[in-house]
Amino acid sequence: MTRHRGRGIASVNYPIGMNLGGDPSQALVHSNPSGKFTVALSSIDLGQGMKSVTRQICAETLGVPVEDVYVDTADSDTGPHCMGSFASRGTHRVGNAVMAAAREARGVMMEAAAEELEVNAADLETDGRGNIHVKGAPHRSISTKDVAIAAQFKQGKTISGRGIFLVPLSDVDPETGEMSPATCYAHACLVAEVEVDDETGEVAMVRMDSAYELGRALNPRLVEQQLVGGAWMGVSHALYETPEPYYPDPVHGPRDFVEYLMPGPGDICPHDIAVLERPAPDGPFGAKGPGEMCANPVLPAVANAIFNAVGVRIDDLPITPEKVLRAIKAQGGARPQARR
Amino acid sequence: MLELRKDIFADERDDNLKEIGKGTQRQDMLGHVTGTSPYFDDHKLQGMLHLKVVRSAHSHARLRRVDTSEAERSQGVRRVIRGSDVPRNLNTLLSLINFGKDDEPSLAVDKVRYKGEPIVAIVAESPREAYEAIAKVKIDYEPLPAVFDVEEALKPGAPVVNEVYPKNTFTYYETYDHQKLRFGDADRALASADHVLEQRYEMSPIEHAPTETNGSIAAPDTNGRYIVYTSTQALFFSVDTCAKILDVPSNTFHFIGGTVGGGFGGKVDTLTEPLCILGAMLTGRPVRYVFGREEEMQYGPPRGAERIYIKDGVTRDGRIVARKIRAYFDSGAYTRLSSYAAVKCAAHLPGPYTIPNVYGDVYCVFTNRTPATAMRGFGVTAMDFAIECQMDKLAHLVGMDPMEFRILNAYRDGDMKAHRREAKNTALIECVQVAAEKAKWPIREEFKRMSSRKDGGGARAAVTPTPRETHAPLAAPPQQRTTYDRPPVATREPPPPPPPPVSPPPSRPTAPSHGATRFSSVFGTRRR
Repeated sequence: MTRHRGRGIASVNYPIGMNLGGDPSQALVHSNPSGKFTVALSSIDLGQGMKSVTRQICAETLGVPVEDVYVDTADSDTGPHCMGSFASRGTHRVGNAVMAAAREARGVMMEAAAEELEVNAADLETDGRGNIHVKGAPHRSISTKDVAIAAQFKQGKTISGRGIFLVPLSDVDPETGEMSPATCYAHACLVAEVEVDDETGEVAMVRMDSAYELGRALNPRLVEQQLVGGAWMGVSHALYETPEPYYPDPVHGPRDFVEYLMPGPGDICPHDIAVLERPAPDGPFGAKGPGEMCANPVLPAVANAIFNAVGVRIDDLPITPEKVLRAIKAQGGARPQARR
Repeated sequence: MLELRKDIFADERDDNLKEIGKGTQRQDMLGHVTGTSPYFDDHKLQGMLHLKVVRSAHSHARLRRVDTSEAERSQGVRRVIRGSDVPRNLNTLLSLINFGKDDEPSLAVDKVRYKGEPIVAIVAESPREAYEAIAKVKIDYEPLPAVFDVEEALKPGAPVVNEVYPKNTFTYYETYDHQKLRFGDADRALASADHVLEQRYEMSPIEHAPTETNGSIAAPDTNGRYIVYTSTQALFFSVDTCAKILDVPSNTFHFIGGTVGGGFGGKVDTLTEPLCILGAMLTGRPVRYVFGREEEMQYGPPRGAERIYIKDGVTRDGRIVARKIRAYFDSGAYTRLSSYAAVKCAAHLPGPYTIPNVYGDVYCVFTNRTPATAMRGFGVTAMDFAIECQMDKLAHLVGMDPMEFRILNAYRDGDMKAHRREAKNTALIECVQVAAEKAKWPIREEFKRMSSRKDGGGARAAVTPTPRETHAPLAAPPQQRTTYDRPPVATREPPPPPPPPVSPPPSRPTAPSHGATRFSSVFGTRRR
């Protein structure tokens, strides 16, 4: 028995939002009399951090601290329409809608502050800590709370805003497939190192190194959560999972997590990630979406690493020990390729 | 272990922001770590009933007789629901955007098309009593021949899975049984290439495996409305789907969701809400319908399987001159969203590379298995697997480093993509360079200096003349074809012969359409 190490790479891009567009999302932003803001959405937080990312986008756009913003979702009576949380569209589409709503609300807030300070609204700026002051004269200042009270009870203004973001639907030419599928793309490249046991066909992950380009990491910790988790979903897809292990023959379907294999804590390996940010012209602060694409490069990188380790190509997912072992036997043993 | 490479593309960004770019703690963190975040199943309502469905024991069968009389008398049963009780039993998810025909019943009536298809719903006082009643439903099946292989399903004489699509393929533009991509002349370029490599790839289905299975709770509310707690990934998509199936205005429903225990695409299909609400309508009581793990794993939709054939032509110096792809999406017995994924897949071809001649045919095929649906990377994941394995083989074939081979062929700003739009805001080259650096993978200096922002466009911005119709493939000299060095695997079939020439295209409609017409509340104007 020998364990052979190998490295493989893959590079990919991924379209952001529903293919062809036509997938709007809306947002409403309003303040209460204490100068605290609520974002009303009907978008779904699947655990990816939808609420947190839109909260930061709203706070940045309004110019208030993030603690002063709360995102409420998803209630069909109070939240305006959103197409849904899929197709890597949450950050890009909903983020833009929240930005538009926050911009409108900020306009009212600045007008209300200008009236209180008896200056022109164009001469005011926010400090991001809950105050609005005259540019170059920080002492001529008013808190967002006092602005909200004045707007509500003195001026009769609603500090609120509406936002929608829509990439209009593209046609498709039936003959050539000419179309506008997406307005921006995320990118990635991943190197996987594996160890293949030529007696059992088992593949163990040794390490992963990757670079992901996401437009803008709005919250690097949430990005890390997505990329680390997504890469493991990719490993699991590459080496373990399927409800039809002998596809297309629909036999031996697993019914629970005893029969449906996934990697456990003992199977994980170090993953070193670099994040690049090339802002998308139409993204909220340039953001694209890391959600879906993070798993994609892992699958081929693992397959290519297995070839590098033992010289067999497994072109059918998942790459189970059975397939690896059969292929090694068919070629008369492992044939390690040039070490990378 | 996350490093932000702020040095790259720094001139395109303003990094002086206050909240953006900060690793602020999640708004819902406290609720999540203390176990107090409310999920749909955290609602225990007074008088709540439980709904379970009787699932087909066969992959393909006619329903001769369904006898529920004993089940109706079973202890604790409050209502038995049949297909005839569903106001609009036939639906297709993307009918909300006018894409595709209604092809899937909420409850099967005359025929079942996959093993596990719901036939009867039982609403009972407890899950146990519902299961006991399920055991008392008698179904007389007439088994029919089933088809499980996407290419078998396309052969003449194959069993018809779904009568709405008698050729076992989704119909595009009311004309074609597949989505086309035509850019340049792939056959001519293949004939002139130094190496040609044709390979077959396949991906089995895969389960979303969320911690929280699909489910919903529906309850009668005041004033004739219904409140619905749901695990949906798409709130209004589910609202509108339920409004259609139950034939009531959408504001009949008050949907509440928003915190979901993992979706990954498996909670877009509105699997439980329509029957759950119907149960509440018919009994006047709250009803809970939640998938068990086996249901989620075997009868809840998976990411569908795909089979992909790629034929590439490459020059000795490592430039890909042609890529020809035929892909089959295994949609299972019904369309759900696979028809949409096939178009997205065609748009993705030929991957993030500039290739002057690209030819793609993508099929959405019906088979007698659990309907497939969206999953993380929908329409792209399997194609990326195929393309990137192929890229590795091509690099091996021409004796190039796989990193340098990708950088050489990567798309750059200003290049023309195969779907005939200019590439902008690209960053593949930089990702490969940084990954090489991180992995200490040596690449030559000239490849380290290449950039997504340099040397694109120009001749690379051109659309290669594209033949109007497929012509007979030009024969390549026999010595040119390279057999790739790999062992045959016992289960692998040889690639099938090329598809028969397509019939002459009908006259082009004046207003080309991708099959979707405008839907007032969803779509605005179209763009080109």
